[in-house]
Amino acid sequence: MKWNEHIECMDREQLTKLQNERLSAMVERLYYNVPFYRKQFQKNGIEPGDIKNVDQLRKLPFTTKQDLRDNYPFGLFAVPATDVVRLHASSGTTGKPTVVGYTRKDLDIWSEVMARTLTCAGAGKTDVLHVAYGYGLFTGGLGVHYGAEKVGATVIPMSGGNTQRQLQLMKDFGSTILACTPSYALFLAEAMAEAGMPIESFKLKAGVFGAEPWTEEMRREIESKLKIKAIDIYGLSEVVGPGVASECMDQCGLHVFEDHFIPEIIDPKTLEVLPYGQIGELVFTCVTKEALPLLRYRTRDLTVLNAEKCSCGRTIVRMKKCLGRSDDMLIIRGVNVFPSQIETVLLEMNETKPHYLLIVDRVNNLDVLEVWVEVDGQLFSDEIRKLEELKKIIQHNIESVLGINASVKLVEPKTIERSEGKAKRVIDKRKLT
Amino acid sequence: MPMKIKQLSIFLENKSGRLTEVTEVLASAQINISAFSIADTADYGILRMIVSKPEQAEQLLKAKGFSVHITEVIGLVVPNEPGGLHRALQILSSEGISLEYMYAFALSDRATVIIRTEAVEQTITALQKHKMELLKASDIYKV
Repeated sequence: MKWNEHIECMDREQLTKLQNERLSAMVERLYYNVPFYRKQFQKNGIEPGDIKNVDQLRKLPFTTKQDLRDNYPFGLFAVPATDVVRLHASSGTTGKPTVVGYTRKDLDIWSEVMARTLTCAGAGKTDVLHVAYGYGLFTGGLGVHYGAEKVGATVIPMSGGNTQRQLQLMKDFGSTILACTPSYALFLAEAMAEAGMPIESFKLKAGVFGAEPWTEEMRREIESKLKIKAIDIYGLSEVVGPGVASECMDQCGLHVFEDHFIPEIIDPKTLEVLPYGQIGELVFTCVTKEALPLLRYRTRDLTVLNAEKCSCGRTIVRMKKCLGRSDDMLIIRGVNVFPSQIETVLLEMNETKPHYLLIVDRVNNLDVLEVWVEVDGQLFSDEIRKLEELKKIIQHNIESVLGINASVKLVEPKTIERSEGKAKRVIDKRKLT
Repeated sequence: MPMKIKQLSIFLENKSGRLTEVTEVLASAQINISAFSIADTADYGILRMIVSKPEQAEQLLKAKGFSVHITEVIGLVVPNEPGGLHRALQILSSEGISLEYMYAFALSDRATVIIRTEAVEQTITALQKHKMELLKASDIYKV
């Protein structure tokens, strides 16, 4: 099922044409309505009308979270305050909150992309949607809410907290689709078991989970405990909120609703645009929104784009499940290395993720990478031969994924320092002065 | 099968004091070590031990953060004389059973060889067929 088959399955040429028109109009609006962008355009010698197609996107400046903070609260808005019908904001724990605004039309766009997202997860008129994302300034709750109403499902605006009541109503109202963070889904599953409520007494069939990074391992756990299909959804309030991209039932990448949000992948250090298929930082340009249409917004999320048609029939570009944050990137012998890539290698060899540590150093002017892996659980064999084999395989797989060789050291459990339950992943000993 | 002996295998980094931590755990729990060996590489080693209370030792060591496995091995008794071990190994070789590792201790006229093979049950059957003496698990924990 597709909410908007016309767009979601559009051929590339037609879609590019649509993006070109929208981008060109957007750049013009920004030039006249947002002093922040006008100044940057003028500095780079860009006139309204210069930007005619998406290939020219790379000429335009980036927007960062810091820009939003510097222009707090409404400095980047492109419409008069009277046209803004809604504000949302981040919690602002790491500085000033990030404020986002919506016009009436923006809310329609948001409902549209959320309707596509929920339809991707199989939601329709007959479904009962249990929304346990927080309602309020956070975009999660209301974003899913409007989309669910648009597809005609019955919405339960539960918001977060009060687990016992969540379970009771989910059961009594016959909820079929659960929307919350993946960690809360696992929490609910455990609470269900503790309360002695068999999963068979629920009618759940799918869940739309996002707003935080989660692994394939968590997905398997959620799917087996709740007996549902767990769908990964992606969004960030700076772009629109939830509804930027969503997996379909085939679970092979998230379909990016690129008629509204044009994605690019860049090298986070050089800021060069990378071709599809390469890992890098995801950047979005909003081409239809009115109140806060950000240009080349740097998400800091790492992923890979894939323009191949999906088995579900959708042709819009797909992004991989987020692979980590660009802030963690290391450059080793000129190669960009993300700790998450090493994590992927280790996960392939084991059901559970072993603790690991990357130590980068410079010996005789050459970068060297040492990977410490804690030998625990399944990884431990009491035969030297098997442990040595394990070392070689890890080494080989890292080399084939990263293109650089690393020395692997097997260490005892708990050797790698943990701070607040989270392990430290990288020690960079290079003194680059 | 009572002939299978539970051996503790512990992953140890080559750091001074690590072995002492293991022996301390066992000593304070009044657990006796009847046999042990260490296999080592440049940066780590595997300590293999036969102890009086293998399950309890496993729990205690795990709680201390060690990677511990219980591996099943066989305790073979051979006469402490020329050709004593040779005869036993010939049996395994003729049955096509390969050894993963082994270690031994000799006491007066008898020697006990701890052996680990890829097929523990098959090894026991083969050795018993040839009337070789095997130590019972209950005996070796008390040695």
